[in-house]
Amino acid sequence: MDNNFKETVRVKADNINFFYGSKKALNGINMNIYANKVTALIGPSGCGKSTFLRLINRMNDLVSSSRVEGQLLLDNKNIFDKDIDVVELRRRVGMVFQKPNPFPKSIYENMAYGLEIKGIKDKKYVDEKVFESLKKAALWDEIKDRLNDSALRLSGGQQQRLCIARCLVVEPEVILFDEPCASLDPISTRKIEELIIELKQFYTIVIVTHNMQQAARVSDYTAFMYLGDLIEFGQTEKLFTVPKDKRTEEYLTGKFG
Amino acid sequence: MMIKAVNAQKLGFAALFACIIIALLVLGSLIYFIFSNGISSFSWTFFTDIPRKSMTAGGVGPAIIGTIYLVLGSIIVSVPLGVITAIYLCEYSPKNVIVNIIRLSVNNLAGVPSVVFGLFGLAVFVKLFNFHVSILSGSLTLGILILPGIISASYEAIIAVPQSLREASYALGATQIQTIGRIVLPSALPGILTGIILGVGRAAGETAPILFTAATFYARSYPSSIMSDTMALPYHIYVLMTEGTKPEIQKMIAYGCALILLILVLAVSAIAIYLRQRQRRTYG
Amino acid sequence: MKISEKIYKNVFMVVAFSSLIFLTGIVLVLFIEGLPAFSVTGILSFIFGKSWYPTSTPPEFGIMPLISASFVVSVGAMLFAIPVGIGSALYIHEIAGEKQKMFLKPIIELLGAIPSIIFGFFGMVIVAPLVQKVFNLSTGQCAFTGALILGVMAIPVVCSIAEDALSVVPKSFREASFALGANRWQTLLKVIIPAAGSGISTAIVLGISRVMGETMTVLLVTGGAAQIPNSIFSPVRPMTSTIAAEMGEAAVGGVHFHALFAIGLVLFMITLVLNMIAEYIGRKYRVKLGLDV
Repeated sequence: MDNNFKETVRVKADNINFFYGSKKALNGINMNIYANKVTALIGPSGCGKSTFLRLINRMNDLVSSSRVEGQLLLDNKNIFDKDIDVVELRRRVGMVFQKPNPFPKSIYENMAYGLEIKGIKDKKYVDEKVFESLKKAALWDEIKDRLNDSALRLSGGQQQRLCIARCLVVEPEVILFDEPCASLDPISTRKIEELIIELKQFYTIVIVTHNMQQAARVSDYTAFMYLGDLIEFGQTEKLFTVPKDKRTEEYLTGKFG
Repeated sequence: MMIKAVNAQKLGFAALFACIIIALLVLGSLIYFIFSNGISSFSWTFFTDIPRKSMTAGGVGPAIIGTIYLVLGSIIVSVPLGVITAIYLCEYSPKNVIVNIIRLSVNNLAGVPSVVFGLFGLAVFVKLFNFHVSILSGSLTLGILILPGIISASYEAIIAVPQSLREASYALGATQIQTIGRIVLPSALPGILTGIILGVGRAAGETAPILFTAATFYARSYPSSIMSDTMALPYHIYVLMTEGTKPEIQKMIAYGCALILLILVLAVSAIAIYLRQRQRRTYG
Repeated sequence: MKISEKIYKNVFMVVAFSSLIFLTGIVLVLFIEGLPAFSVTGILSFIFGKSWYPTSTPPEFGIMPLISASFVVSVGAMLFAIPVGIGSALYIHEIAGEKQKMFLKPIIELLGAIPSIIFGFFGMVIVAPLVQKVFNLSTGQCAFTGALILGVMAIPVVCSIAEDALSVVPKSFREASFALGANRWQTLLKVIIPAAGSGISTAIVLGISRVMGETMTVLLVTGGAAQIPNSIFSPVRPMTSTIAAEMGEAAVGGVHFHALFAIGLVLFMITLVLNMIAEYIGRKYRVKLGLDV
């Protein structure tokens, strides 16, 4: 018996269809994303998992000629409504990308960016937020002496943790991870995974990954997608051990993908 | 058969080598002649004094200052227009009819002969707007002339900024204008600067556009405002070679002017080329 | 989108149209100021008229001598610039090593940055006397000298555009040719040049267009006689230098003034057509190689 009813639904996808031009990329997706849990989206490339992820902070707005149908509710409010301020939405829903993308600025400037664009000038407050977020992202000890160095001089793994820390500064409620370890070595990957598990006590987390072991290690819920359809959704343990759908089983056992 | 092929290759490569040698020789001899003849005119008063005795003595100070004013003016005109056009093409406008129209205009504007810009400046700025023959008219004309170059350099620089940086900025809740101002432009700045520097070189050397819009061939004083006409180095060379009564003395002064202009343009272009190669190395 | 964002977008769009506005302005000015000349002389006798005596009484406004001078000088220049420019591009692209490239490409670009007044000056004081001596002429300021100097000036244009065209030829073409046992020269002649051919031809077209618009150089070195050239050593007066030299003397609003704008119009039309042709060929070339347009 599922114990879903105990969880708080933070994000609810209600019959989402998504089109790039005339090509349909998502097919009537219905899904709940629970607060303070890690939800993993898995599936072979082209299955729509990244597209779905990028809907949650409306990053797909940047793609011209794209179109969405259905509702995506964040705390029961449809984020596609006309009165939604997309800037405000993106502050509530942070995102970490596939490749670390620090700005070509200093570590400190990277961290302070999210506050700066909100127009916050109080240096003491900014310092406090920056330091706190660096500590949360377990990066503080490594870089506290070189906050004015260029962020581009950090290693790949450090850059990615900086990007995570940078997104914490604006105090999001949901954090989206788009294959955050795709370009990292195993040790850096391990650190990021530990960090994600650490962070779920404060945030609702959605992670796209092509690495099934990673999904198994970090997530509480898993959604398996295939060719724009949501095939199966459930608690990670159950989905990995007793998949209900034949396609899920085939994917998990490496028969395609 | 084999030997024939090898010989053909040797001969062909030698011919290509000769081509590049010709190009180098021309550049070398031009620099040599202008340098060796021009350097004798150089003195402190040559740079600072006004022309005296109907251009056969004194210096070319007003021409140097006039060129600097015209270059600054044309940069002030073209840089805001050029950078904003490039921003619009890269950041706002999806691939559509508007972009094609603008790009076609830029390409064709770049191909308009410089003397035609002079005609345009004469009809519009000098006559229609009544700015007369002035630094203002000349700067506007030169500014339009170098605009296509500024646009393409800025466009290349902005389009090269990785999309991932824009996404990072948007994901942190930045607006489009914040993303452009704080992330895209700072990253593109070196490339834009390179374009501006090349524009400086171009504006400094152009003569035909200022013939009817800004230049006067003989001034006894420095220009007093943007509404005054002015001497300029390239135009002064032309005047020295075609007017006046003592061609031999004037020729030596012209050598001096040509050397100043050559050093200025080569230095400016070399800096721009160096900057660009360094950027390419950092982007990898 | 917020209102302020919309304002930015619209302001930027208006600014982005400035190039179109200037281009349109140039066309308008040339028509408005140039057309009155045709009402005096008639368009055909203006373009095909064989004598240009704008200041005699009665004045004659036939620009055939000027057009033919422009063509003679430009074609002559290209006869020199095409082999040398394309040869240089082939050398840089196919033979030079990395180190040579790092040196040669900037040098060619520097050559292109030198102002036309300096080439004109150099041509007048160094090259023209030389030409006069070598060919035993009454004056060295003639079509030949003009063509020579303009040819040198066109080398960087031809070379850099040809090099761009060469650089987009896929590597696989070359590898396929080597694999069939062709040497580098055969590969160059039989594979690379045909593949890059239309790209290289844009270099030629744009080179002609650029050369035809050059003003200060021809003003100083071609001698300035408004006559249809009967040999390459005749002194000539191309369209550009006519405008530059005579605008100062022409009374504003007079027939001569309008006639000079009309020459500008003819010149503009010729270069516009050449640029359009180059754009068209270039586009087709990129499509052929499967690149973004």
